[in-house]
This record gives sequence, C-alpha cells and structure tokens, in this order.
Amino acid sequence: MNALVVSGLQKRFGGVMAVAGISFAVAPGEMLALIGPNGAGKSTCFNMLNGQLRPDGGRVMLAGRDITGLAPRRVFRLGVGRTFQITATFASMTVRENVQMALLSHAGEIRRFWRPAAAMHAAEAQALLARVGMDGQAHRAAGVLAYGDLKRLELAVALAHAPRLLLMDEPTAGMAPAERVALMRLARDLATTGGLAVLFTEHDMDVVFDVADRILVLARGELIAEGDAAAIRADTRVRQVYLGSGVTTGGH
Amino acid sequence: MNFLLLQALTGLAAASSLFLVSAGLTVIFGVTRVVNFAHGSLYLLGAYIGWSILTRLPTDPGWFVLGILLAGAATALLGLVLETTLLRRIYRAPELLQLLATFGVVLMVQDIALKIWGAQDLALPRPRWLRASVILLGERFPQFDLALIAIGPLVLLLLWLLFTRTRWGTLVRAATQDRDMVAALGVDQRMLFTSVFALGAALAGIGGALALPDGSANLQMDLSIITDAFVVVVVGGLGSLPGAFLASLLIGLLQAFGIVLIPGATSILVFAVMAVVLVLRPHGLLGRAQPVSRAEAPPSVVRAAPASLRWAGVAALALAIAAPLVVGPFALSVLTEMAVAVLFAASLHFMMGPGGMPSFGHAAWFGIGAYTAALAAKSLALPMPAGMLLAPIVAGTVALLFGWFVVRLSGVYLAMLTLAFAQIVWAVAFQSTGLTGGDNGVLGVWPAAWAADPRVFYWLALAVCLGATLALRRVLGSPFGYALRATRDSPLRAAAIGLDDGAIRLAAFAVAGACAGLSGGIAAYSKGSVFPSFIAIGHSVDALLMVLLGGVGTLAGPVIGALAYTGLYDALLLATDLWRFALGAIIVVLVLAFPDGIAGTAQRLWLRGREA
Repeated sequence: MNALVVSGLQKRFGGVMAVAGISFAVAPGEMLALIGPNGAGKSTCFNMLNGQLRPDGGRVMLAGRDITGLAPRRVFRLGVGRTFQITATFASMTVRENVQMALLSHAGEIRRFWRPAAAMHAAEAQALLARVGMDGQAHRAAGVLAYGDLKRLELAVALAHAPRLLLMDEPTAGMAPAERVALMRLARDLATTGGLAVLFTEHDMDVVFDVADRILVLARGELIAEGDAAAIRADTRVRQVYLGSGVTTGGH
Repeated sequence: MNFLLLQALTGLAAASSLFLVSAGLTVIFGVTRVVNFAHGSLYLLGAYIGWSILTRLPTDPGWFVLGILLAGAATALLGLVLETTLLRRIYRAPELLQLLATFGVVLMVQDIALKIWGAQDLALPRPRWLRASVILLGERFPQFDLALIAIGPLVLLLLWLLFTRTRWGTLVRAATQDRDMVAALGVDQRMLFTSVFALGAALAGIGGALALPDGSANLQMDLSIITDAFVVVVVGGLGSLPGAFLASLLIGLLQAFGIVLIPGATSILVFAVMAVVLVLRPHGLLGRAQPVSRAEAPPSVVRAAPASLRWAGVAALALAIAAPLVVGPFALSVLTEMAVAVLFAASLHFMMGPGGMPSFGHAAWFGIGAYTAALAAKSLALPMPAGMLLAPIVAGTVALLFGWFVVRLSGVYLAMLTLAFAQIVWAVAFQSTGLTGGDNGVLGVWPAAWAADPRVFYWLALAVCLGATLALRRVLGSPFGYALRATRDSPLRAAAIGLDDGAIRLAAFAVAGACAGLSGGIAAYSKGSVFPSFIAIGHSVDALLMVLLGGVGTLAGPVIGALAYTGLYDALLLATDLWRFALGAIIVVLVLAFPDGIAGTAQRLWLRGREA
C-alpha cells in the first residue's frame, strides 16, 4: 500500500488558485521530490498534507486512512514528521531538549506534572542527534544555532516518533553544498533501509537529481510533469517553466 | 417606545465621548504599537485643564467651544512632552513593558493632579444654555447630549479626511500597515510618531473636557475611562478607526440599555459582548492580524540555577524561618505579606513567562480566592483550613471556565480580556453588597485558634506560599512545563510534534489562577478582612511589576521581584505621601534602565563571557 495518496487536492486564496487539484502518491521507501518555481504552490501543498491548511477540495490518504483536514497534532500522531521552510524550533530550549520534547509528546507523557523532564528520553534524543550529526551541540541553545544546524535539528525532531511519512520543506536551504549532500544521503538511507516515505521540496537541482526516485514538477498550482531525473531533464514543459519560453512576453 | 428612543439617544451620546477617547488610543496604537495606559491620564488632564480654563472664561457657547479646544491643545502639548521624553525610548520594548511604563505615568499624573487640583470632584457651573433641553416625542432630552451625538460622527469624518486627503495622513496609514517599510522609504518616523501621539492626546483631552458638563473632573476618571476605551479598541480591532467607531456605538448602547435590563451588572453585559466578539473574531470587529515587525530577541535558554544561587536561596529560607524569633510584630506582618506576594507573583509568572500569556487582570484570581476564604469563614462558618483549601479550588475552577475564552487570544488582546474580566469581578464584589459588603468589605476573618499567634500564622503562610511556589517551579521542569514553553516558543512546531496547545495553555491558566487564589486565601486570613481593592487594576499591576522587576525570563525572577517590590512599596508608603508619584517614577526608570529585571540583569552579567 502507498504511504501517502493525494487526489484532486485543491486550495484557493481569494482569486488565486494556489493548488489546482493535484494527485500523486508516495510509496514506502520512496523519495519523491516536489519542485517548481517560486509561487508554484509547493509549500501550500505541504501545509495541506500535515493539516496546517484545510484544502478546498480533494483527499489526503495516509496509509489508507483519510486524514484530510485533520489538525497537525493529529496528523503527527498518525506518523507524519515534518520540517519547515523557515525553521521552527523551541528557542528557549537546548538542542537536545528540542528532541526530547518530541519524544515526550510521542510517548504521551505531556500530562506529567511532577517528574523532571530533563532526564527523560535523554539517551534516545542523543542518539537521534547523532544520526543528523548534531550530538556535539546537544547542550547549546537552539536559538543561537547556525541555519544549517537548525535544519538538521529539525530533521532530528521530525524523526523522533519514527514516522512513516517525512515531509521536508526545503531541507537544505542555507547549507553548504557538502552538508546538503550529507543530509539528503541520510534521508535516502532512512528511506531505503527503514521503508520511510519521503516527500520533499528543494531548489537545488543537484540535490534533487542526486537523491530523488521520482520528481513532480508543479507550476502555478498544477502538476506539469512527473518522472525520474532523466525524464524531467528532457521534458520541454519543465524547461519552459524554469527557463521561460518567451510565450509570456508575446511569443515573437 | 419613547423611553427606548431616549435611552438610545443617551447611549449614542455616551458612544460619542467614548469614541473621542478610543479614536486617539487606537490611532496611537496603530502607528506606534504602544498600548498607552496613560491615555486615561490625558483624558483626566483634559478634564481638569478644561475646568480651569472654562471657569475663567465667559459662559457663552462660543467661549465654551474655545475653552474645550484650548484644553485639547494643552493635552496635545503634554502628549508631545510625554512622547519625546518617554515613549520614544520604549517603542522597541516588549508590549508589557510599554504598558507598565505608561502605567507608571498614570500613577505620577494622579499625584500631580491631586497636588494641583485637590481631592474633591470639580463640577462645572452649568449656565442656562448647557442645562437646556429639547422636547422629543413628549420627553425632555438635554440639548448638550444632542450636540455630543453629532460630535462623534463629525470627528470620524474629520479624521477620515485627515487620513485620506493629506500626505501626513497617508504616511500614518502606511505606518499603521508596515512601519518598517515606511522607515525604509526615508520617512522621518520620529516626527510622524510624535505628531500622531499629539493628535491622540488632543482627542483624549477634548473627550475629558467634554465630560465636564454631564459630570465632573475627578481623580478616578483615568482608570474608569481607560477600561472602557480598551474594551472599545479591542472590540473594534486595534488600530482600526472605523472599528473604534462601531465598537463605541455598540458599547455605548449596550451600557445605556444594560442599566435598564440588568441594573448594576452592565459591565458583565459589556464583558460578555467583548468575549463573544473576540472568540468569533480574535482581532476585533474590523481589525487585522498585526504584522510581526519587531525583531524580538529569542528567549534565553532556561537552565538550572548555579550552585551559588541555590545556596543563597537556602540561606534566605533559613533566615525567613528564623525571623519570627527576632523581629517585632510589624516586621512580621510585612514578612507575611511578602510570602503572599511571592506566590502571587510566581503564579502570574507561570502563565506569563513560560506560558507567554501576559495577564493584566491577575488580581481577579487573588480576589476570588480571598473572597472565597472570607465568605467560607463568615457565611458558611467553615474552619480556616477548609477556607484556605476552597480558595484555590474556586479560583482555579473559575479560571478554567474563563480560560476557555482567553487561551484563543494572544498578546495585547489576551491582556485586555483578562483586564476586562478582572474589572467584572471587581464590579461584582463592589456591587453585591448583600454578599460581599460592597466597599466595606468582609471583616473579621480571623485565623483558627491554633494559628492565632502571628508567628504561627507566619510560619503557616510561609510553608503554604513557599511550598506552592516551589511546586510551580517543579511543574515548570516537568514534561508539562516544557510543553507549555514549547507552545510559547513556536506554536507551529508544537502542533507539528503533536502538542495540543489550547489544552496546555488552558491547564496552565487554571493552575496559575488556582495558585493566585491560594495566595488570596492566605491574604484574607492574614489581613483579617477582604476588600474590593484586592481585585482593583492597581493590584493586578502590582503582580506584573513584581514579575517584571524580578525578570520574566528567569525562574528566580518572580521571587526576587516580589520581595523587592513589597519592600519598596512599604518603604515608599512610610516615607512620603507622594508614594504614587514616587512609585510611578521608579517604574518608568526601571523600564528604561533594566528591561530584563533584576534577576535577568544579574543573569546577563553572570553569563557574560561564560556562554557562546
């Protein structure tokens, strides 16, 4: 069964059709890239998948279960982790506490009012940080991290509840090229060995062509192409969208 | 039918005055993002200055109008001074510090007005034309109120022309939407802000002077008008002029008819409307979400206190326990007061610091607890421990119910809703004379025989208050406390890791309410009586001052702040009859000099060079 099946997903902001009824699926172990120029509707699409935005139409099925319009916290409980385009972490906590927070939530221990949280799931958190190469910074304040490190911390947080689907919105923005490759190889590894389904958006085409099994191209809210790296490279409509065809300026 | 019409006209007249004051407040907020508590003081000064001018002028209508305008000009000038000396320096400060600094001004102005004009209410001698009335449908209606009804829409029209037809107005509207962009375009912000503030001050002053014919200039008018104006501005939407007009009409009419429908409980009606509006439209009727333009520094990481601080705490505790063996009865009563203050401040800090929910009405829970304990003793004849137990239970339960409205809001809207709620509780305590004794309070709430010795009662208060404070501290370190902080730091991330931020914030609100209620219950027995002043705005501000004085970002902050503030307050009361002025001045200086509070500043100095 597919990890995620999206059908006819639609969102309109006033008169603008941000996402115009798109359909796709992600299989366990698959890395699917969602690319497209700025304003194509990638982030809107992501926000509908994890419940931050309510779609105007269409369905989102997670492992056969309809999650359309569920609140983000319920979507998390069903096994979806996500990172944000603009990183969202807890600035008043240390790096490790950020991960512990997700572990505590997953374990259903938020209603505990007495036991000190500092020691709970500490080793587990440390292990997750080690996986993204952040274990050396476990005790630093999350608020003072470099942007690339924040992205890695977000990934560790998103992986804390061993999700079946990982949504990564521009996971490597703000990173050095070598870091980008390392981070995406890690995701690749999680997908291949752990059967994790990964859906990500990305502006760096080298990263996309390097790790993605399949690529979806979104433009003005519509899916205009789908296929592996070679097919997308060869697609004329994709080239038009990215490089411009001259049609918009009069076609001469 | 006629009666309804007349009541409606009365409501419209009240709406006009309310609009004058609220318009100034909302315009100032729109541009400077400062919630100006001192707006009520400008209204008060407008009334007093207006009285001084009008009693010296001939009483013809022409001179009257001139006098009103002169009062407006005078308050505009005072506003100018206030903006350039104080507000200009705190535009980048957190909202609560701005509220506090302007409240400091309120205190100072109260003492200044008392010194200049004395304590009596000053009424304007009313010449024949001011007393004249017209016959409407067979009923007499004051002519002056008809004029007032016309003034509201007239001012709205003038402001609308000013804001849409002049270059200055265009800049003001632009700054309301995005002041950083306006600055980036090379507009002199300082002039813009100063002139807007002066305009708002003039409107407040004119509103105050126009209140003279139907009332008087008195020392209570600043806080009574500011509460109404806050309600109007919040219901209308912060920064929205048409919203303020609409809300003024709504509140004015509601008050006029409320007096008929449920006499003595108008404020409950107003509050209910405000709560409903905010639940349906969290940014008010015509307001929009505020663009996040301030680049606020990220909160610093909460870490365990250094060992030296722990030892200092243990030493202080040992001193506190041993104190009754040494000190006299007066010092003992101050120490009991301090123990109560520590819990009161810690409970506010719990929701405001880690919870990110700034309350301007925390005294409500303190008062509910105090009245619960007092009435349990007097009306139900329950023993002291039962009263002290009931206090947090009742306060916590009410907080849980009321919190349902509160936790949907944030920032200024949240602070204002809590303020409005505290005013309701105050009004109920004040007006239900049968149950609460009204202004006379509930007297004779004495401790049980075994705790009658002041020393024993002090140890009891110390044990309960400190125990509860330490428990709050422990909860902040628990998974729940972390989750609370998580919802404050990043609601987006909190939701994405499965946290139910509404439920978490509600629980924190109820815990804070219960602890404040407990401190109130102890206070009732320690003072032996309970008064409506326990719930007054001033007492809510006391709690805020303690927390901010100590520093909102540290766990030791509220404790240190409560001790420092109580000591300072008592010392000022003893030292000078101008204690309001002195306290106000100290608040202003503290906000300007130590925005992080005592503990926050100490922490910064301590950490300097120790942390990357």
